[in-house]
Amino acid sequence: MEGNTRFRIFRPPKTNSATNEPIYIRFLLILIMFIFFILFLLMPLITVFYEAFKHGFSMYLNALKDPFACDAIILTLSIASISVPLNLIFGLATAWLITKFDFYGKSLLVTFLDLPFAVSPVIAGLLFVLLFSPTHGWFSDILRFFDIRLIFALPGMVIATTFVTLPFIARELIPAMQARGNQEEYAAITLGASGWKTFFNVTLPNVKGALFYGIVLCNARAMGEFGAVSVVSGNIKGKTSTIPLYIETLYMEYKTQAAFALSSLLTLLALFTLFIKKCIEFSYKKRI
Amino acid sequence: MSIQAYNVYKTFGSYKALKGVNLDIPEGKLVSLLGPSGSGKTTLLRILAGLEFPDENKNTQIIFHGEDVTYIPAGKRRIGFVFQHYALFRNMTVAENIAFGLSCKPKRERPSSEEIRYKVNQLIELVQLEGLNNRYPSELSGGQQQRVALARALAVNPRVLLLDEPFGALDAKVRKELRRWLRKFQEDIKITTVFVTHDQEEALELADVVIILNKGEIVQIGSPQEVYDSPASPFVIEFLGNVNKLKGGLNNIPNVIRNTGILYVRPHDVDIQLQVESETDYVLPAIVRHIFSAGNYGRVALESLPQREPFEAEISRNRLRDLDLKPGLKVFVVFRHVRLFENDSVYREIKI
Amino acid sequence: MSNKRQRILPGFHLTLGICLTYLTLLVFIPLSTIFIRSSGLGWESFWRAITSPQVIASYKVTFGISFLASLTNAFFGFIAAWVLSRYRFPGHGFFDSIVDLPFALPTAVAGISLTALYSQNGWIGQFLYPLGIKSAYSLIGIYIALTFVGFPFVVRTLQPVIEGLDREIEEAGASLGASRWKVFWKIVFPSLLPALFTGYALAFARAIGEYGSVIFISGNMPMRTEITPLVIVKFLENYQYQQATAVACVMLVISFLILLIINALQHWSVLIGQAKN
Repeated sequence: MEGNTRFRIFRPPKTNSATNEPIYIRFLLILIMFIFFILFLLMPLITVFYEAFKHGFSMYLNALKDPFACDAIILTLSIASISVPLNLIFGLATAWLITKFDFYGKSLLVTFLDLPFAVSPVIAGLLFVLLFSPTHGWFSDILRFFDIRLIFALPGMVIATTFVTLPFIARELIPAMQARGNQEEYAAITLGASGWKTFFNVTLPNVKGALFYGIVLCNARAMGEFGAVSVVSGNIKGKTSTIPLYIETLYMEYKTQAAFALSSLLTLLALFTLFIKKCIEFSYKKRI
Repeated sequence: MSIQAYNVYKTFGSYKALKGVNLDIPEGKLVSLLGPSGSGKTTLLRILAGLEFPDENKNTQIIFHGEDVTYIPAGKRRIGFVFQHYALFRNMTVAENIAFGLSCKPKRERPSSEEIRYKVNQLIELVQLEGLNNRYPSELSGGQQQRVALARALAVNPRVLLLDEPFGALDAKVRKELRRWLRKFQEDIKITTVFVTHDQEEALELADVVIILNKGEIVQIGSPQEVYDSPASPFVIEFLGNVNKLKGGLNNIPNVIRNTGILYVRPHDVDIQLQVESETDYVLPAIVRHIFSAGNYGRVALESLPQREPFEAEISRNRLRDLDLKPGLKVFVVFRHVRLFENDSVYREIKI
Repeated sequence: MSNKRQRILPGFHLTLGICLTYLTLLVFIPLSTIFIRSSGLGWESFWRAITSPQVIASYKVTFGISFLASLTNAFFGFIAAWVLSRYRFPGHGFFDSIVDLPFALPTAVAGISLTALYSQNGWIGQFLYPLGIKSAYSLIGIYIALTFVGFPFVVRTLQPVIEGLDREIEEAGASLGASRWKVFWKIVFPSLLPALFTGYALAFARAIGEYGSVIFISGNMPMRTEITPLVIVKFLENYQYQQATAVACVMLVISFLILLIINALQHWSVLIGQAKN
């Protein structure tokens, strides 16, 4: 009896068994997660770089120096450089609208914000083909009359990309601004600050992390968009071929190594995006 | 600057926060809006500030020093508002926070950066935060943040200072210190000041005028002494400090014949006697239940006889020692100052 | 009632204007074309387009595999969310970050990478093929791709809810003598259910629309491993705009429905959150 008590005094359970699982269960759960992550997330990631460098570094560079690849990179950059600023303006306006005001139909608006995300990218592309196709589109007569090409050309790809990446900046900003509340904005207003001054000097500095991540994520998605752009582009090599589309072309032509070399660029962009997210979470936790 | 408000109504959805409020705040006074949570006091303060607008009603008027400001936005009312949780700009230093209002002025009126720096230093001195100019709000204590918020509000030379639960987020000791400091501060600069609080002790100690709200209506306005000594309703008497409520036992009291109504008596108006000393006293037999002798004064928990209603008496520690009470002892209590309320408003006051 | 007077912070009309103009031009008008176009089709040809055998087969593949893949994600996503929010272990930060990989990685890259990995000569495929599991150019391949793309949704929806759980409630359960297992099933799990369903619905919505990562690994055999988005693309390539529009219309309606369900689920979780307070 006494020995039993002593045992309890000198060796208390390491974890609170009331709110923690036994150690073997924890170990098992962590193991399951490890295996799943390795099979589904890590291996695909490693594969990209392994395949890209399989035939050596010079082959890797060659793949990137291919003029068609360069064209694709330039096209992708130019699409993103239009789509991302557009969505930035939209995101800032919408986040201000939703977090600073109460109005009728607000929750409906928030739902609509998610629409481009719920719609299949293929259908997103189809929408703009139906509108702007020179043969089947609604505006085909006008477009033909003025000899404007929207589909199978840069404008269509920009529009489709903008549609697909529309919610990303707004969706990062809204929760960040909601978490901050509106008290500081009210304080600025009582001190006589204008709306713009309040926005730039009080609101923005408080959500700059979320804003930056939103831009980076929006950019990564814009550069990586495949389905929608594929439908509206017509995929003309060297003309309307973005990086993801050219990856597909290369892959279908059995130039696997070149396809993965180009993929590695977008993968690095994705990793950069994740890295930024981690940095912002970290700085946020440190502030608290 | 004086403030008048007439017929102020405010509804949030179906909830009526303010049901026709009228008030008149004279210049240079320190005024407290006192009430329980949900009484509409913060809404009223925010309406005075222009951070909320009253329901549209052609009789509604808010007047600052003779000027109708009912629909003037907050930024143009020249008010200083101190938020409950201070709402300091987290991305700015103490000095930048205080300078913000000045930098918002239109170009013509904006002081030069030299002048701003001078003014900021002056204010920092005034609120006793010397040396903290370059700290960020997160590096300050609650009391320091409170004073930064005050300095920030004062920087724009407001005509009136509005404070929302100014001491609510501070711990008890800092609260007392800051309360005294604010009192002195307001006396020095003589700015019309309105503050919201749910703490009756704070309102009674600090304010020149106490405005008591309940359920969206003003129930009493007056000096601390007036509202404490002549409460207008059972709500006010119950809200301002401890009070005993006795339903029965009225028959025992001379001059009170009817057995309706509720009798209110503050614990410090109850005296305990071992024998009936005078026939004219309002005397009630009672039994001692508990004695709390720790504290500034002695507290005795009693039960009236024969109705057995519990109530409390507060007597000096000396008197407590002299009486030498024990639980279970039968005593006689004397009510020195009694209020009888019937139907919530009609009442009689009996004073010895 | 003039609304302008009622707003404390400025910019309501400006931001509302920007937001609505943008949404109208980019979302409302384009979406309405689909419905107007399909209504111009006539009921019979519309019905024929959306029930042709090739399309029906693609529905089965898309919805069936999406269902299974999301179920897989719900299971492993739950474990991952639990482990990441409750336990600390070496590499925690890294694993937590990598959850979002499918969200940030372009679908085409994911597609070719998964194909390389799970095909007969791939690092994983070489072990699966001898077991008779054809992990690429098959339904299993589609299942793998859809699991990949949907994974972050379950984890990211559950994680904040698990982190926000009040540990005192669990302690209260335990103090009343409940075993850990019982506390989990009777107290913890029910309060996570709305978030789990939301995560499942999000993963499912993403899966049925997915195109880029699937087409590389699926083999695209008509009637067998063709997903609905691919069918739409094929219609378009053959200039069969009407059929493409009709099928897209069906998919859109389903997407809307899922969106509505997700909204309702979020209301439900708000209700549960309130009940806890």
